[in-house]
Amino acid sequence: MTPFDYQRASSIDEAVRLGAQPGAMFLGGGTNLVDLAKGGVVRPRLLVDVSRLPLASIAETPAGGLHIGAAVRNSDAANHPLVRRRWPLLAQALVAGASAQLRNMATVGGNLLQRTRCAYFYDVGFEHCNKRAPGSGCDAIAGVNRQHAILGASPSCIATHPSDLCVALAALRAVVRVRGPRGERTVAFADFHRLPGDAPQRDTTLADGELVTAVELPPSRFERHAHYLKVRDRASYAFALVSVAAALELQDGRVRDAALALGGVAHKPWRVPAAEQALVGRPLSADSMAAAADALLAGAAPQTRNGFKVTMARRAVARALQVAGEQA
Amino acid sequence: MSSQDPSAGPSRRHFLQSAGVLAGTPLVGAAAARAADVPPEEAPAIARAVALRVNGEIHTLRIEPRTTLLDALRDELGLTGTKRGCDRGQCGACTVLVAGRRINACLALACAHDGDEITTIEGLGTPEHLHPLQAAFIETDAFQCGYCTPGQLCSARALLDEARRGDCSAATADVRAVGPVVLDDAEIRERMSGNLCRCGAYPNIVAAIRKVASA
Repeated sequence: MTPFDYQRASSIDEAVRLGAQPGAMFLGGGTNLVDLAKGGVVRPRLLVDVSRLPLASIAETPAGGLHIGAAVRNSDAANHPLVRRRWPLLAQALVAGASAQLRNMATVGGNLLQRTRCAYFYDVGFEHCNKRAPGSGCDAIAGVNRQHAILGASPSCIATHPSDLCVALAALRAVVRVRGPRGERTVAFADFHRLPGDAPQRDTTLADGELVTAVELPPSRFERHAHYLKVRDRASYAFALVSVAAALELQDGRVRDAALALGGVAHKPWRVPAAEQALVGRPLSADSMAAAADALLAGAAPQTRNGFKVTMARRAVARALQVAGEQA
Repeated sequence: MSSQDPSAGPSRRHFLQSAGVLAGTPLVGAAAARAADVPPEEAPAIARAVALRVNGEIHTLRIEPRTTLLDALRDELGLTGTKRGCDRGQCGACTVLVAGRRINACLALACAHDGDEITTIEGLGTPEHLHPLQAAFIETDAFQCGYCTPGQLCSARALLDEARRGDCSAATADVRAVGPVVLDDAEIRERMSGNLCRCGAYPNIVAAIRKVASA
């Protein structure tokens, strides 16, 4: 790690002020940032510790939704009674990620800002990575790209977003609360992460110096039927090849509402509203699940080594929906 | 070791701490050499005072902000029971407890833990009074080289508390159901997945934890 200074912010305002300094980065749990700094992928001049800000509460919103402070640790979010009872998809996605140790450290805000696990980004021994060194090229496109994107990639970058939590948040139509030098704003989850385009160095639509303060969810209609399915190279403690966040509201044997998103397949959690609409108003069936998968995977363009992900994603969508639908 | 009578002479901990001070000397030199390699605009940040309460004892250190909790424990305090494996949050050898919660010390900055209560393997049991997990690891032959064992033990110690208070895991059939967790082998394996053992002692590690959990 190159040397950096460290300051613990005593208020959100102070964090935003400190975060505006050149080379400043916000430090939550550090599980990704410290790792990246050790590898020389990021070289912060100042770490602004936001982990002890008063942003660690989970509460029901006046509208009956869910408010999760950005400094809430992943394990605390996964085990909050409100989350487990009413937003089980969220708890399932959280415990599918990382290890118990890392979940005790990682914050919800930091989870949103995880960098890709693309090996060509992570290892500074590779010269060409547009995400790490804009304009340098992409070694992954002609490289070992088994883990990489099949949707929404660009000639600049084929990296995937590694989070499990974010896949569930995308499916559940979360909103991100942000505070920055110009004040407070909210961002719809679908607009928070971006596709790589010709600027893969930017993972999100956050402006410089903006701090995530909370994530909020609308009232849950999916407490009974939810399943997060993660397909990976080993049974635990590995990033997803493909993951599916699936939740259903069923009434009289028909799907009244559906929440559906894919992980491990794109630069951002992949939600296509048309896929959810393909399920709504009908009983859950092989046909409707196939139609949902068609909509999610429309335009899929695998890399040289990950064609299997298209078939895997189709099957995972069907299985996740089926398991969600069968729950009591 | 913390229960040793101070009148009985220098404790193992005292020895380790003294050794740590000596062992720390060349490391300062190494850090200085590294610092000389970096451009002037990245000159080393000023050392900061950090107070860590480790196994019940308060230690005040002056350390560079980039010092990890793992390095502070090993190099500054001489508590070398906590192991450096991958140093990148992947193997769990550095697992310690902060306020009773298990974390990877290699990815934690020591200055971010100012004032925190930390338990390392040195605080888990004593040679005379082993923690039940330590006794079970010996009984079930739950290690070979032993390098991952301190991390396995600290991790397992936290696992027992998590299960008792009903924390869910990826092996939990229904996260909506609350109450104490039955630690079957699938639950133990999932909950211990953050601790790798290159010797492959996993079946016996699971057996040791099951033994203590069901006692």
